[in-house]
Amino acid sequence: MTGGVRVEGVGKRYKRYPRPAERLVEWLTLGRVARHEPLWVLRGVSFEVEPGTAIGVVGANGSGKSTLLKIIKGTIRPSEGRVELAGRIAALELGLGFHADFTGRENLYLGGALLGLRAGEVEELLPEIEAFAEIGRAIDDPVRTYSAGMQLRLAFSLATALRPDVLLIDEALAVGDVYFQQKCVARIRRFRDQGTALLLVSHDPVAVKTFCDRAVLLDRGLLAREGPPDRVLEYYNAMIAKQTADQEIFQAENLGKSRGQTRSGDRRATIEIAELRDDSGPARAFRVGETVGLRIEGRVRLPVEDLTVGFAIRDRLGNDVFGTNTHHLVVAAPPLRAGERFRAEFRFPLNLGPGNYSVTTALHAGPVHLGGSYDWWDNVCVFQVIPGDEPYFVGTCHLPVESRLEAVAGDASPVVSGAAHR
Amino acid sequence: MLRALWEYRALVASLVQRDFRLRSARALWGNAWLAIHAAAQILIYTVIFSEVMQARLPGAGDRLSYGLYVCVGLITWSYFSEILVRSQTLFLQHADLLKTLRFPRATLPAALFVGATLNFAVVAGIFLVVLLATDRWPGIALLGAVPLLAIQGLLALALGVLTGTVNVFFRDVGNAMSVLLQFWFWLTPIVYPIGIVPEPVRSWLALNPLFPIVSGYQSIVLEQTLPDWAGAALALAVGLVLAGAAWSVFRALSPDLVEEL
Repeated sequence: MTGGVRVEGVGKRYKRYPRPAERLVEWLTLGRVARHEPLWVLRGVSFEVEPGTAIGVVGANGSGKSTLLKIIKGTIRPSEGRVELAGRIAALELGLGFHADFTGRENLYLGGALLGLRAGEVEELLPEIEAFAEIGRAIDDPVRTYSAGMQLRLAFSLATALRPDVLLIDEALAVGDVYFQQKCVARIRRFRDQGTALLLVSHDPVAVKTFCDRAVLLDRGLLAREGPPDRVLEYYNAMIAKQTADQEIFQAENLGKSRGQTRSGDRRATIEIAELRDDSGPARAFRVGETVGLRIEGRVRLPVEDLTVGFAIRDRLGNDVFGTNTHHLVVAAPPLRAGERFRAEFRFPLNLGPGNYSVTTALHAGPVHLGGSYDWWDNVCVFQVIPGDEPYFVGTCHLPVESRLEAVAGDASPVVSGAAHR
Repeated sequence: MLRALWEYRALVASLVQRDFRLRSARALWGNAWLAIHAAAQILIYTVIFSEVMQARLPGAGDRLSYGLYVCVGLITWSYFSEILVRSQTLFLQHADLLKTLRFPRATLPAALFVGATLNFAVVAGIFLVVLLATDRWPGIALLGAVPLLAIQGLLALALGVLTGTVNVFFRDVGNAMSVLLQFWFWLTPIVYPIGIVPEPVRSWLALNPLFPIVSGYQSIVLEQTLPDWAGAALALAVGLVLAGAAWSVFRALSPDLVEEL
């Protein structure tokens, strides 16, 4: 491999010790006694950056971006997997080991040495670095007198004085002013054209879209999406919107704002918990098509032979959108003794259109509630469906559509074929 | 490791330079203070101990001997303890660098060693001038100090890296080290002549690997005789064992090191 980066199944496990002395126990037994709790902050991440291409790494705080970057830089080692990297690597971030009491020029020598340059090389590159940084006579002032932007100018000029084979950029660019940013962008573009592989970690969607050929999305240490920047960013935005909506609905529930709950039935059996979950736990907002789990738990007061647990989803106008129950799904009901608890689980892809919905749950005997309802709970919870990365559509139902649009030759009157359902 | 060190020799040089510059930062006389401190110390021991307190080395009658005896021990001890003390914070102090950039970690102890050695060279240089001025130049025996210094450096660096690495995880080690150094100082014949120590205790003191080293310097300067090589060989063996331990401990802990900083 000439240039480029290959990340293969990289994972990072930190060791969390309940008490510091536990580490000593491990040391003294040469690791035969494990006292730490493994904490995976990154798991199974694989991707490749070809020479001359750029990849954007996006994700919320704590998603593992920095850890990934540190592993690629080589300051920490992966616990599993490996990083293959050919050629010289340069990482651009604020600081770069600059010492506040030294002048810009002195820091360039130390910084250059840290990057593996020889004293002679720094000397040769110095005029070039100074010219690019454009901080004038400040180069001989202590760095503590510099603004963040000036420090960035110096750090960037040094890190990119020689074209690296791999360039890592972590947020830093946002500090510079527009003029310098453009200069940096031009230089980075030139490097990329000359074959540098670029890794950009950023919260700035514009930067990722303009720079990167591809993007990867990290979510809680896992690689959630990889693809064209547009698609990945859309998905990321939907994820954020989902979290926000989740929060809002939970908050409203806690404030007791969810009205319209009605409950009926003879309470022979009662619902105690009805909750919607995504793959990480209770949730109230979901992307279109996301797999949802509905869990209903309760208790029977008197023995029940043929308990049926059912649910229905209604849109904001109260129309039934979907509903079914364990009887129709042919789930055998266990005989339940008085006082015994039960739990029903439903899992389904949420192929609904964006909007607000409510869930109604019911316990009864036999196929329908007419046979005798034990507990019927309207609007037990509400949830929101948020657009994912699917093409735009309207309506309460998400149908997977394929379409074609073409001119038909040899016909005098042009006909449009395809789908345009309204 | 040595090859990586050689490739990054510019970094070692920069780190050493940075250290000296930091010490002299915002002082007009800069690094001259290093020499002034050293000269003052030598002056105090030779003048105060010899002239004012009229101390005498048993067996060596002249006035200057005891002062020079104390100076030899103190100067070399300071070199030893400077490396050990600064090793405790070696990785902690450079946490930012270790976290942001990849470079051979051996450059850090290397820079510490070079810096401390330069520091020692200044002090030792002044001391040699004093010897020359007082007509006590040890002559050819002075060459005997070179292997002693090498063994001392090995001891200090090996023990320093060993404890400095563990100190990242357990700060108790750094504290224990500074307590240990106080005892170690008095368990080494630096301010007292070994002759005043009763015989049974003396054989216990001989277990101290620094004992043959410091005695060696003292015999070179005061008696113009070469050191006792058997004792020095023993200290070398201790140093090699410590270096092996430091190497394996550093290797074992270095994956967790940066995360702990």
